[in-house]
Amino acid sequence: MVVQGVNLSRGGDRLSDLCKVAIVGSGPAGLSAAARAAALGMSHVLLEKTDHLSDTIFKYQKGKHVMATPSNLVLRSDFDFDAGKRETILGIWDDQAAGQNVNVKYNAEVAKVEGEKGNFTIELKNGETVRAEAIVLAIGTQGNPNMLRCPGAEHPMIQYQLDDPGEYFDEHITVVGSGDAGIENALGLAADDAQRNTVTILNRRDSFARAKAANVALLEEAEQEGRISVRRETNPAEVKDGELVLDTRDGQETIRCDRIIARTGSQPPRGFVEAMGIEFTSEERSAFPKLTPAFETTKPGIHVIGALAGYPLIKHCMNQGYDVIEFLNGNEDLKPADEPILKEKFAVLPGNHDVEHWLDIFGSNVQILEELSPLQLRELMLDSTVHAYNSGDVIFARNEPGSSMFAIAQGNVAVEVNPDDASVTVPIEQGSIFGEVGLISGRRRGATIRADGPVVAIELSRTAALKLIATSPGAARAVNRIAVERQLLQMFGSGLTAQDIAPLVEASEVMEIKAGQKIIEEGADDKDVFIIRRGSMIVEKNIGGRPVFLSYLPAGSYVGEMAVIDGSARTATVKAAIKAEVIRLPGEEFMRLLDAKPRIREKALADMAGRRELNAFIESRKGEFDGAVDMYSETAAFLVDQGLGEATDVLLIDEKLCIGCDNCEKACADAHEGLSRLDREAGKSYAHLHVPTSCRHCEHPHCMADCPPNAIKRGPDGEVFIDETCIGCGNCQRNCPYGVIRMDAKPPKKPSLLSWLFFGSGPGPGEASYSWRKENGDPEQPKQAIKCDMCSGIEGGPACVRACPTGAAIRVSPDKFLTFTKITEDVE
Amino acid sequence: MASKAQNKFQQDEQRRNADHVSFLKHRNWRWLKVAAILTVILSLGYALIDQEPRPNGGSWYGYTLGTIGLLLIVWLSLLGIRKRRPTPGSWSLKNWTSAHVWLGLSLTVIGTLHTGFQIGWNVHTLAYVLMLLVIVTGIYGIWAYATLPAGLSSNRKEMTRSDMIEALTAIDRQLESAAQPLDRQQSDLVIAALGQNVFYGGALGRLTGSYPGCATNRALKNMPMGRSGEEAEDRVTNLLTRRADQLGQIRRHLRIRALLEVWLFIHIPATIALLAALLAHVISVFYYW
Ligand SMILES: Cc1cc2nc3c(=O)[nH]c(=O)nc-3n(C[C@H](O)[C@H](O)[C@H](O)COP(=O)(O)OP(=O)(O)OC[C@H]3O[C@@H](n4cnc5c(N)ncnc54)[C@H](O)[C@@H]3O)c2cc1C
Ligand code: HEM
Ligand code: SF4
Ligand code: SF4
Ligand code: SF4
Repeated sequence: MVVQGVNLSRGGDRLSDLCKVAIVGSGPAGLSAAARAAALGMSHVLLEKTDHLSDTIFKYQKGKHVMATPSNLVLRSDFDFDAGKRETILGIWDDQAAGQNVNVKYNAEVAKVEGEKGNFTIELKNGETVRAEAIVLAIGTQGNPNMLRCPGAEHPMIQYQLDDPGEYFDEHITVVGSGDAGIENALGLAADDAQRNTVTILNRRDSFARAKAANVALLEEAEQEGRISVRRETNPAEVKDGELVLDTRDGQETIRCDRIIARTGSQPPRGFVEAMGIEFTSEERSAFPKLTPAFETTKPGIHVIGALAGYPLIKHCMNQGYDVIEFLNGNEDLKPADEPILKEKFAVLPGNHDVEHWLDIFGSNVQILEELSPLQLRELMLDSTVHAYNSGDVIFARNEPGSSMFAIAQGNVAVEVNPDDASVTVPIEQGSIFGEVGLISGRRRGATIRADGPVVAIELSRTAALKLIATSPGAARAVNRIAVERQLLQMFGSGLTAQDIAPLVEASEVMEIKAGQKIIEEGADDKDVFIIRRGSMIVEKNIGGRPVFLSYLPAGSYVGEMAVIDGSARTATVKAAIKAEVIRLPGEEFMRLLDAKPRIREKALADMAGRRELNAFIESRKGEFDGAVDMYSETAAFLVDQGLGEATDVLLIDEKLCIGCDNCEKACADAHEGLSRLDREAGKSYAHLHVPTSCRHCEHPHCMADCPPNAIKRGPDGEVFIDETCIGCGNCQRNCPYGVIRMDAKPPKKPSLLSWLFFGSGPGPGEASYSWRKENGDPEQPKQAIKCDMCSGIEGGPACVRACPTGAAIRVSPDKFLTFTKITEDVE
Repeated sequence: MASKAQNKFQQDEQRRNADHVSFLKHRNWRWLKVAAILTVILSLGYALIDQEPRPNGGSWYGYTLGTIGLLLIVWLSLLGIRKRRPTPGSWSLKNWTSAHVWLGLSLTVIGTLHTGFQIGWNVHTLAYVLMLLVIVTGIYGIWAYATLPAGLSSNRKEMTRSDMIEALTAIDRQLESAAQPLDRQQSDLVIAALGQNVFYGGALGRLTGSYPGCATNRALKNMPMGRSGEEAEDRVTNLLTRRADQLGQIRRHLRIRALLEVWLFIHIPATIALLAALLAHVISVFYYW
C-alpha cells in the first residue's frame, strides 16, 4: 500500500486516482504538510478553497509585519518562514510551492468527506471528487461566510468580501448585513462620488444595534445626504440576473442590482468537521477536536493540524504540517519539535531525567492530568512551568496576585491557614492541586503555601489551566470540587476540616449568574447562602420606592447568611454586577454546620453586625440627605456600568479638579516608550466623575481570551500586561470591552528634556505627534498591542496619578471606592 | 522576597484606597501648616531680634531671610522641570504643587521682611516687584484651578476635542450639499461660514468668548426666521443653528482652557525675569559690599 502511494505521480491529471494523502487548506499548516509530502515523494494533493495560497495570511492588511513567535521554537519545515512583511512571506511560499513541486489544486473547496481510512472520497463544491487514503485537515478557524438564505444564493454576482471599494464604478451595489463590516463596506463604496455607484444597504431589523455607534452615525449621515439608500426591515427574497427582489414591510419590490456584497457573519468550521465523524473535546465554543499524538482524530485516517487543532501560531502550524506527514510515512521515532523547549524547562527538576520520564510521572501522579493524551500533556507543559522546591520554601504568599494553578507531582505542601500564626497548617497531598482560587476568582492568593519536604510542582498558567478544564471533563470536575471545598475552608478561617464541611460541599451547587440577575430578592424568605466565586455583586435596598445602592461585594465574599442566622426575611436585594458564578449552599446544611461550630457562628454574627450598621446608616441618612443618597446610588450604578464590577485597579478622574492639562497622558507616554496608554478625555462621566479610557485590570481579562502567543499576562503586582511576544493580530483590541488597547509601533527615542527646554529639539514631553513619529521612526517597526501596565517596575507607582498637579486623577480598587463616604464626599 | 512583595502590596493597597482630595488640602493641609509655621517664626524673629543699624537686607537676620527666600524661589522654579520629568524617583506632582502654592505664598511675608520695607528704583526692588507679580498671578491660578474645571466638564458632555471637531465637520459636509439650491447671496454667506477657520478670533476672542465677526452667525441672521415653507432654506437654517451650537461648545471649551492657562504666560516669564533680577541683585550686593 505504501509502495503504491510513493510511486504514484504528482501530476494533476491523475487526481482521480487514489493518492496517499489529501491535505485540505493551504495555510501555513497545510502548506508545510504538502511540502513534506512532496519532499518524501508521497503522492498528495493540496486542496485550497480560494485561488491563492494561505487565505488567512493573504487577508492580513497590506504590509502587515508577520511575527515568528515563539522565538525559542525551531522551525521544522521544508518551507522557510521568518518574521517579515506579509507580501514577502507569501511571495517566498509561492516560489517554494512551485519549486518543490507541491501539487496544489485551487478553487477546490471541500464540501463533504465520505469513506474510511485507506479510501476516502472527497467531494468538492464544484462537484469534482478526489480520492485519498488519508486526509489532513488544515482549514484554520476562519470558517465560511454565511450565504444568503433565498433563491439565487449561488448567483455569481454575490461576493462575501470587499478588498478595495475603489475598484467599482457605475454599479448598482447592494450590501446585505447590518454589522460593522457591512456598514463599512457600504460607506467605502459610496465614499467617492466620482465612482457613481448606487449603493443600497439592507437591514433585517429597524435599527443597527450590532454596529459601533460611530459607524451608525456615519451611515445615517450618508443616508441624509442621499449617498446611500438604507432599507430597514428588508430581506433579500430572490437574486436574479441584474435584479434583486426584496421582501419589505409593504410587500415585495424589485431593484436593479449588479453586485451583492453579503456580510452576514460566518460559520465556524466546527459543524463541517463534526459532519465527518470527528469528535470535539467538549461542547464549549473553545473546544478542539480530540487528537492522538499523531494528530489523528476520532475518525481513523483523518488528521487535524494548525489553528483548527488549537495551535494558532504560524511556526506551530508549520511544524505540525511536517510532523503529521512524517507520522503518516511511518516515522515513529520523530521527537516533537518542542522537545528542546521541554528539555530546557525540565532541567530544573532533580535527578537529570529525560522529558519522557517527567511526562510519565506527571501523567500518572497528578489527578487532573490523568485523562490527557501524551500530545495534550506536552502542549500543556509548553504553557506551564515546573518547579522543584526544598522543604520549607514558600511557593506563594498570602495576598500575592496570581492566576496560575499548581499541581503537585511529587511531595506534599502545607497551607498556612492562619495569617497570624504560621505554624497552623493544613496539608495538601501529592497528586492534588492548589492555587485554583486565584484561577477561578481572579483574586489574590488567600494563604501562604510552603513545601513540606522536597516538592516537584507544575504551575499551569491561567491559559493552560483554562484549556485543560475545557478539554478534560474529569479535570473540570476535580477542580470544581476542590475549589468549593477550599473556598468554604478559607471563608470560615481555621478550625474547620474538610470532613466538617463535606456535607456542605456535597450539597453545594455552582450557578452561573447573568449580569443584572438577582440571587436574593428583598422580602423573600428563602434561606440559602451564596459564595461569590467569580464576578461581583451589588446589594440594593428598596427605600421610598427606589432601589438604593448599599454595597459592593467582590469575588470571595458571601451573602445571605443573615436570614439563616436570625430567621428573618431578606432585607436587601443582591444582584450580579457582571456575569458571575456563585456557589449556592442550601440553608439547612449551613444551619447544621453553624450549630456544630459555635466559633463560626460568632464570626458570621460579627460580619452581620457590620452590614446591619450600614443598612441602618443609609436608611437614617435617607430622610435628611435625600439628594446625597440618590447621588450615591446613581454614581455607584454608573461606575458598575463602566466595568468597575470586574475591575481591580481603575483610573478615575474628578472633573471638578481636572484642569485638562493632560499631564497624566504625557507622563504615561514618557514613562512608557513614548506612547500614552490612557485617553483622558474619552470615556463616560457622571456627576463630574469621569472614567477615562484606561485599563481596569479586570479580574478575568477579556483581552486574554484569544491571544495566539499568550502574550497577555498578569504581573506580580496584579497588573495585566502585554509582553514583547505580541504578534500584533489585534484580537485583544477587539476583545476588550472598554476599548483601552491600541495598536501602534514603538516610536523612536526623543531628544532629552533639557535639549528640548533649551534648544527646542524634538517634540517635547508627552506623546510625540503621529507625523513626528512617522518621520523619525523606523518604518519596519511592527505595530503591536499596547496597554496600561499599571506602571509596574516604576518606583512610586502609576505615573498618571503622580503627574496630576491637582489630585484629580486617582487609581483605586472598586471594593474600596464604592462606599458611601468616598462617593458622596465633596472635594474642595 | 516575600516581604518586599508584601510591602509593595501594602503600598498599592493604600493607593487603591485613595480618594479625590484637592492639592490645596493635600495630606490634611500639611503644606499650609508648614508655610504658616515658617512665616510665624520668621516674623517673630523679625520683631524680636534687635537688628543693627536697622532691619534691612544687610543685617545678619536680613541675610538669613534673603537666603531662605532665594532658596525657596529657586526651588519653586524647579516645579517647571519636575512637571515634565515623570519617571525617575517616587514623588507626586500634587504634593509638589501643594508645597509650591503654600510656600510660595509665604514668600510675600519672607520677601517683604527681607526688604526691611526699603523700596526704591533699583534692581533690588525690581526683584521684589517681579516676585510679587509671580505670586499674584499664582493666586489667580489657584482661583482658576478651583472654580473653572467643573464648567469644562459640563460643557464637554463626554465629547473629546476631536469628537467636537468631527461633529462640526459632519455638519459642514451636510451644509455644503444642502446649500446648493439657495440663491446666490445666501449661499455665499454659507460658503463664507464654512470657509472661516474654526479657531478664528485669536487670543482675545478665546479669552472673552466674543466673536463679533463670526460668519456662521452672520449667515444665520440672513436666513428667514421660523419656518419659511421652503424646504431647502429650512434645512440650511436648521444646519446653521446646529453649526452655531457646535461652534459654541468648542469656543466655550477653548475659553475655559485659555482662562486656566493664560496666567502661566505671565507666571513663567516673570519667573525667568525674577531669577535674572535675583542674580543681578545678589551680584550687586556682593560687589558693593
Ligand atoms: C490579523 C492576524 C494577524 C496574525 N498575525 C500572526 C503573526 O504575526 N504570527 C503568527 O505566528 N500568527 C499570526 N496570526 C495567526 C495565524 O495567521 C493563523 O493562526 C494561521 O494562519 C493558522 O494557520 P492554518 O494553516 O491552521 O490555517 P489558515 O491559515 O487559516 O488556512 C486555512 C486555509 O484553508 C482554506 N480552507 C478553509 N476551508 C476550506 C475547505 N472547506 N476546503 C478547502 N480549503 C479550505 C482557507 O482558504 C485557508 O487558505 C494572525 C492572525 C490574524 C487573524
Ligand atoms: C516667587 C514665587 C514663585 C515662583 C518662582 C513660581 C514659579 C513657578 C513655575 C516655574 C511654575 C511652573 C509652570 C509650568 O512650567 O507650567 C509654576 C507653576 C505654578 N505656580 Fe508658581 N511660582 C511662585 C509662586 C506661586 C504662588 C504664590 C502660587 C499660588 C498662590 C503659585 C501657583 C502656581 C501654580 C498653581 C502652578 C501650576 C502648577 C501646575 O499646573 O503644574 N506659584 N510656578
Ligand atoms: S485591556 Fe480591557 S479586558 Fe484587558 S484587563 Fe484591561 S480593561 Fe480588562
Ligand atoms: S498606570 Fe502607568 S501605564 Fe497605566 S495609564 Fe497610568 S501612567 Fe499609563
Ligand atoms: S493631570 Fe490631572 S488635571 Fe491634568 S488632565 Fe490629567 S487628570 Fe486632569
